[in-house]
This record gives sequence, C-alpha cells and structure tokens, in this order.
Amino acid sequence: MEIESATKPQKKDETIYEHMLARGVSRRDFLQFCAWMGACIGLEQTGVAQMTKALETKKRIPVVWLHFQECTCCSESFIRSSHPIVADILLDKVSLDYSETLMAASGHQAEKSLQDTIKNYKGEYLLCIEGSVPTAEDGVYCCIGGRTALQIAEEVAKDAKAVVAWGNCACSGCVQAAKPNPTSAKPIHKIIGGKPIVNVQGCPPIAEVMAGVLVHLLTFDRIPQLDNLGRPKAFYSRRVHDTCYRRPNYDAGLFVESFDDENARKGYCLYKVGCRGPSTYNSCGTIRWNGGISFPIQSGHPCIGCSEANFWDNGPFYQRVPAFPGFGIEQTADKLGIAALAASAGGAAVHAVMTNIRKRHEIGEHAGENAEQAEKDNPESKS
Amino acid sequence: MSERIVVDPVTRIEGHLRIEAEVKDGKIVDAWSAGTMVRGLEIILRGRDPRDAWAFCERVCGVCTTVHALASVRSVEDALGIHVPANAELIRNIMFCTQYMHDHVVHFYHLHALDWVDVISALKADPVATSALAQKLSKYPKSSPNYYVELQKRLTKFVESGQLGIFANGYWGHPAFKLPPEANLMAVGHYLEALEWQKEIVKIHTIFGGKNPHPNYLVGGVPCSINIDEANAINAERLAFVGQTLQRAKEFVEQVYIPDVLAVAPFYLDWAGIGGGLENYLVYGDLPTNGFADVKSFKFPRGAILGRNLNEVHPVDPKNDQDEIKEFIDHSWYEYSKGGGLHPWDGETNLKYSGPKPPYEHLDVDKKYSWLKTPRWKGHAMEVGPLSRMLVGYAAGNDDIKGAVTDALGALKAPPSVLFSTLGRTAARAIESQLAAKWGLEFFNTLLANIKAGETRTFTREKWEPSTWPKMAKGVGCTEAPRGALAHWIVIGDQKIANYQLVVPSTWNASPRDGKGQRSAYEASLIGTPVHDPHQPLEIIRTIHSFDPCLACAVHLYEDKKEIARHELLVK
Repeated sequence: MEIESATKPQKKDETIYEHMLARGVSRRDFLQFCAWMGACIGLEQTGVAQMTKALETKKRIPVVWLHFQECTCCSESFIRSSHPIVADILLDKVSLDYSETLMAASGHQAEKSLQDTIKNYKGEYLLCIEGSVPTAEDGVYCCIGGRTALQIAEEVAKDAKAVVAWGNCACSGCVQAAKPNPTSAKPIHKIIGGKPIVNVQGCPPIAEVMAGVLVHLLTFDRIPQLDNLGRPKAFYSRRVHDTCYRRPNYDAGLFVESFDDENARKGYCLYKVGCRGPSTYNSCGTIRWNGGISFPIQSGHPCIGCSEANFWDNGPFYQRVPAFPGFGIEQTADKLGIAALAASAGGAAVHAVMTNIRKRHEIGEHAGENAEQAEKDNPESKS
Repeated sequence: MSERIVVDPVTRIEGHLRIEAEVKDGKIVDAWSAGTMVRGLEIILRGRDPRDAWAFCERVCGVCTTVHALASVRSVEDALGIHVPANAELIRNIMFCTQYMHDHVVHFYHLHALDWVDVISALKADPVATSALAQKLSKYPKSSPNYYVELQKRLTKFVESGQLGIFANGYWGHPAFKLPPEANLMAVGHYLEALEWQKEIVKIHTIFGGKNPHPNYLVGGVPCSINIDEANAINAERLAFVGQTLQRAKEFVEQVYIPDVLAVAPFYLDWAGIGGGLENYLVYGDLPTNGFADVKSFKFPRGAILGRNLNEVHPVDPKNDQDEIKEFIDHSWYEYSKGGGLHPWDGETNLKYSGPKPPYEHLDVDKKYSWLKTPRWKGHAMEVGPLSRMLVGYAAGNDDIKGAVTDALGALKAPPSVLFSTLGRTAARAIESQLAAKWGLEFFNTLLANIKAGETRTFTREKWEPSTWPKMAKGVGCTEAPRGALAHWIVIGDQKIANYQLVVPSTWNASPRDGKGQRSAYEASLIGTPVHDPHQPLEIIRTIHSFDPCLACAVHLYEDKKEIARHELLVK
C-alpha cells in the first residue's frame, strides 16, 4: 500500500542538490540558479560558492505557513516567483507541510499535518505567517478549527526555529489595523516573543524578495541582516525614490501635474501626484515586479508606500508628501543608515537645485514652471 | 442515527471557512456554512478620500485581486457622474479578462483538482499510455512519453522521500476518486505547468497596473499613459508583450484547461446530479462595449433567473433601495437597530459576537453562527458565479455564451440539466475562461485600432478635484468578479466617504440561512450529497470548492451614522 509507505517518517538524508538532480535539473542549471539567487540576495562571489555548497549539503526544512487576518495576496505573490527553479525550491525543496492555500487535506486531516510537523520537527521547522492577529474580544474575530489566531500563533511559534512575517499584515497590521482598527489587529512581532522574526514587508512583498528571504534562511541557516524594523537589509535598505529610474526627472524638476497629462506621457516624476517613493524602503526600483516587467511608477501610478508601517493612514494617496526630504522620513530608516542619509539629505537637496537647470538641459525637455515649483517644493529653501 | 461533522479549516480557498454538516445514512441532511474571520474594512473606509477607496478595497482579496478596485472606482465614478475614456474601459476589460483566466486556471488546478485527482495513483500510471492520452486530447506540446517518464520519476522520488508536503494526509485511495492512473499523472503534469503559466499571464496587470497582486487603478480612468513615441509609457513594445501574453494564455486555456475538464468530467458524471442547491441565479453583468452606463452593451448580460426557468430573465437594479437587494443578520454576529433587512445604502453594522467561547467544538447553529451577513434579492436566496453567468447569458440569448455552452454540452454528450450541479459549476468556469480568452484579444485589438486612429486618452480630469463634487452623492459600482456578482455602494458627503459597503459573491453564496430558514447556496448545495466516510470530508470539499470560496471578501462591515462604541473594542 503505497499510501502507508508514503507517510512513513522522512528519510532525512536527501539534500536539496540531490533533490534537484532528481527533478531533472542539471549541475550547470543548479550552479546558474545559485549564481542568480546569490545576485538576488546581494552576495559576493565567495558567498555564492558558500551558498552552492550549502544547497548541496543542506537538509530540507519543514515549513508551516499560517493564515490569519489577510487577503492571501502574499501567497499569490509567492507563487509568482519568476525563476522556475525558485518555484521548485519553494514548493518542493522546502517541505511545505502546512499551507491552507495549497494543501490537499482539510479539517482534521489538515490539523494532523500541522500537529505532525510540530511534534516531529521540534525546533526545526520554519514558521511563516501571513496576516495580522485580532486581539479584541479575546480574539474571536479570527478563528480556525474553533481556536483563535492568538491561541494558534502562540502554540505553533513555541517550537519554531524562526518566524517569517509575510507582508504588511503580519509586519505591521496593514489595512485592518488602519484607523480605527476595529478588531485591534496586531502584527506578529507584538504577539510572538523570544523568536527571531523576519519582517518581509509589502502589500504584497515582491515574489523574488519572498523567495530570496527563504533561500537566505535555507542557505546560511541564520536570519538575514535586518534593519531596525526587522526588514532584511538586502531588500529594504534603499528608498524607492533613490532607485527609481525617473529620479533624474525629480532632480531636474520635471513633474507630472495630473494623470495622463503631457508630462505623464513622457514619464516624468510622480512626486506631485502623491508618490511615496521618497519615504518608502523597498526593491521595486531594482528588482521590479513579476519578473522585472514593471513597477507601479513605471506604469504611471505613484508609489503608495505599501512596505511601510501605517501607510494607509499617512494622508490621502494623491496628496503630495510634505517636507521632503525631511528628517521625519529618515527617522524611520535603519539607525545605521540614518546618519549617512541625514548627512546626504541636505547635500542632495542643494545639489538638486543647483543641477536642475543643467539636467533639464541634458534631458532635453522643456518643463515650463516646473523648475520654479521644484525649488519651492524643495525643503532646502525652507531649512 | 445521524452524525455531526465539522470541516474547519476548509483548505484550498481564500480565507477562513467552516462547514458543519449532519450526515444520516451516508447522506448530508443539513449543513451550516460559517465565515470565521472579520476585519472591518467599511468602518476603516469611513471619512477617507473616495479616490483612495479602491486601494483599501483591493486588499479585501489578493486572489481575486483587481475586482474590488474595479467595483470601487466604478462606485465613485457613478456617484460623481464620471465617464472614463474608451481606452481606460478597454484596458480595464483586458485586465478583467486576464484576471478571469488566471483565477479560473489557478482555481481548477491548484484549488480544485486535488478533489478529483489522486496524486498517489499517478505513481502507477504507464507514462507511454499517459503520453498517448495527452496527445489524443490536445496538441499541447509538452506531452511526449519522455516528459511523463521524467515527471513520474520526480513524483516517485518525492513520495518516497516521506515528506509529502502539501499532499500529506490527503484523501488518496478514497473510493470517490475515479480517474485512471494515466489521467492522474497527466493532471499532476498540468498542475505544475499551470503553476508556471499563471505567473506569466499576470504580467499584463504589471504592464498596465505596475504589479500583481494588487495592480493600481484610478478613479477617472487608468494610471498608465499611452505614448507610442516614448519609452516611459504604453508603446509598441509594451503592447506587443500584452498581445503575445494574451495569445499564449488563450492557447493554454484551449489546449490544457478545457481538454482536461472535458476529459475528467465523463468519469464524474454522477456529480452532474449532486450539489445543484439553489434554483435562483443572479448576475450584474460586465465587460461594457459602449461605456459602463450602457448595460445592454455588456458581454456578460445582467439579469436574474428564478426556479431554473431559462425562458425568463428578470431585470436587476442594484440601485433600487426599496425591494431588491437587502441584507439580513438573523444568523450573523451583528446587531441592527431595527428588524428586517436593509439595502446597502441604508445598512448598519455593529459587531456583536455571540458564539461559543473559543476553543469550541461546534457552533450554535440555531442562533447566530457566522461573520457573513445574508443578502437576498427580492427575498430570494441567489447563487452567483460562473454558472449563473453562463445560465443568464444562455437564457438571454447571448450568441457567444450560448455557442460556448452548447459546444461544451455537445462534447460531453449531456443535456443542459447537468449544469445545475457541482460538475456544472466547474464546467461553467472553464467555458467562460474560453470566452475571456477570446474577448481579451478582441478588446486588445480594439485598443490598437483606437491608438492607430489617434485616440490615446486613458484618464479624464472631469470631477477629479473634490471642490467640483456635490455636497452629497450616492453611487454603486458593479462588476462580475470571477466568483460572481460584486457591488460596492458608496455615499459621499462633504468630499469624504460617509458610508461604504460591499456585497460580494461569497457573501451571497456562503452566508448563513435567513430568518425564514432559507439556506444560501453553499448550505443548499450540500443537502443530499453522499458521504462515503464521515471522517473524510472529500465529497463536501468537492461541492464547496466548486464555488471557489473567497471568505475574506465575504465578511464585511458597514457603519451607520451611529457611533460604534469603539472603546469597547480596545484591548483589555
């Protein structure tokens, strides 16, 4: 009876590399994958070699993926991972033992899968959480299997090796925590203590960022370097504004005044129609979305800042961000980077004003009153 | 002797759904459907800028991403009398068709297939025979004997590793699985192919909306600009990408999805007599071809069918706040200040949990047992979704829909009555995916013709500035989400959202019974379902999955003009 044989305890001897070979992946493809993934998580060449070695020798890690107050956009983003071997790694190389979105079993059988993993892999499984936890009324606003998210989160986290909080819901509460937060939704780091927690921000996070974080954990057996908000620095240490291909337009004072105006059709900067790029830390400008096809700004919409805490309550989306680049914005950045950023902020502003005219000349566009406006907008003129 | 069984969590859906069922002599005699999570988005929306609402609403659901954004911008446009440019409508339609194909394919392969496909049985398949079967069914190129040899090797290795991951504790070997091993192996192959494919089709959303899930929308049009002489806008290269992606999506739907559904269905014809449930079907309609105000121009016609009478399509008016759409809370954890049902523009909500204290074994189904309200149309419980759309389209004499339904029934050599079932719902989803594939390309070609003729506008500034708005305005934004009829009702007062409410497909389908004891679609469809083993809920999830549940959508809140005592909600 193959079903019985299939449910015997796992042979814990197969490495990821062996598993990939078994799946028809060539050694060459495997090395390419390692190089690509290494580039994705910003490794030096020596690091890639280390990662290759790790994947060749590392055991598969059981993963439990819980859902609380969420919309499943993180799971959906996750399956969009653009590199085919990444999809393989995440769906097969880690053992996704519990995932309400994808698992075959429901009800008691699903519950059994969860309990089996907790019992058989004590201290070894990775806990991924999508969604926030409602804390009002003792947690009745989110129940699964008759138990509250609160009860489940505490129980499953107890013996987890590490916790990954997927997306803005799990990292900072997202839309249900926006004012007045009717269910008192709380992010995971306010529910679970005493465990390393990686906050993978965004609504949803970029697929390759999610894949990159998992590969990092899998490869180095430790959590990636985090900023002061618990976000992996590899993906959240650069402002969208600083990595935006439209940045020269900002510097030159060339702005979209209204959607689909002449300036929008030329791809000018969206700052004046509300872009949150200046206060948002994410990889949209570098990795881009869905296999590097585009990102919100490239498709003509201002960044809404979905990888920042409380982005829903930071004023209407189409209203220009005041006081930029102000110190208020920098204060949310990683403490280590803050000094450098603050030091460069004033300098950058001066630089921007001084090079406006020259840059505009270089870009070869005529922007009417935009230059004057840019100088007005520039806090350097105020500070 | 009857037995009460519980399925919670129902997996392979969006959100948190619990089913309790009474099983007697191997059949379900009663059933209760409960949504067990709530977030309170309508309360959160109140007082905000109506132009921002789409972004909040889009986060209602990341599986059917886009649909709430579309309903939301339409509700604001309706309230303020904004008519979007033709290209914006076309781009929205292309995104709509993209969403249908993506959503339906992912549903069939990743959320539904494991109810019909025995993964473990695929290990016994003959790969050469599997290849012959695949090639007989379709010209899809990935079908060589070697492809299936390698696939089976990989699957065998996976199963022998002992770590079954998402397949662990599945219902493998259950007698309700009927496919031969070769069909199972082919389906496993297509499960993986579909996983690869789905990330490609969404790139259409990325081009027009910047990302997926949750692409960007805009009141008054779409955020992307068209400029065929500019690198930073929708130009020939971007359009070529969209065109090619639509073409490839159509090929996948026609060469993999449709043949698979038609191949699997004959093994499960008994399910053409199970899971029919309600006899009433509701559709708002969508895909305008002459502006959204012209309902007659919709590709999916609007209308309602009562008592499965396909000879009559009743008109539907979401703005009729007297006697059409109303929501009731007889079995929902809310309070009204007065009895009866309320039209969304007049609704009110107070969260009021009165269920058992967790952890609990059973809900108190005689009282209140769900976070979903119970919507009714003229007092009737209505089913919404692909089956409703195909039936209303068929009954309304829509040529495209009638042709597609007739072809599918012909291929199955089955009478139209098979549609009223679990199998019919799954077939209807495939049929309309084929239409979405065809229509998506039609809209794309129209967009190209417009651009060629010099029409490139994608946004209107008309009424963008709040200073131009009336002091008070009401609107409704309708769409057909993949899962069915969806509408948002908005009241704008003093340039802010005064009231906002969503009534969504899964609320219609998954809600608890009403005060008269009328069951909604899920509960009704489970009655009479055979259950081989009460401890293995396979038959229950088959029927429930045929609706493609989306529970995060289904649970919603509305706030009336009364202040909710929010301090009570503070953490103790």
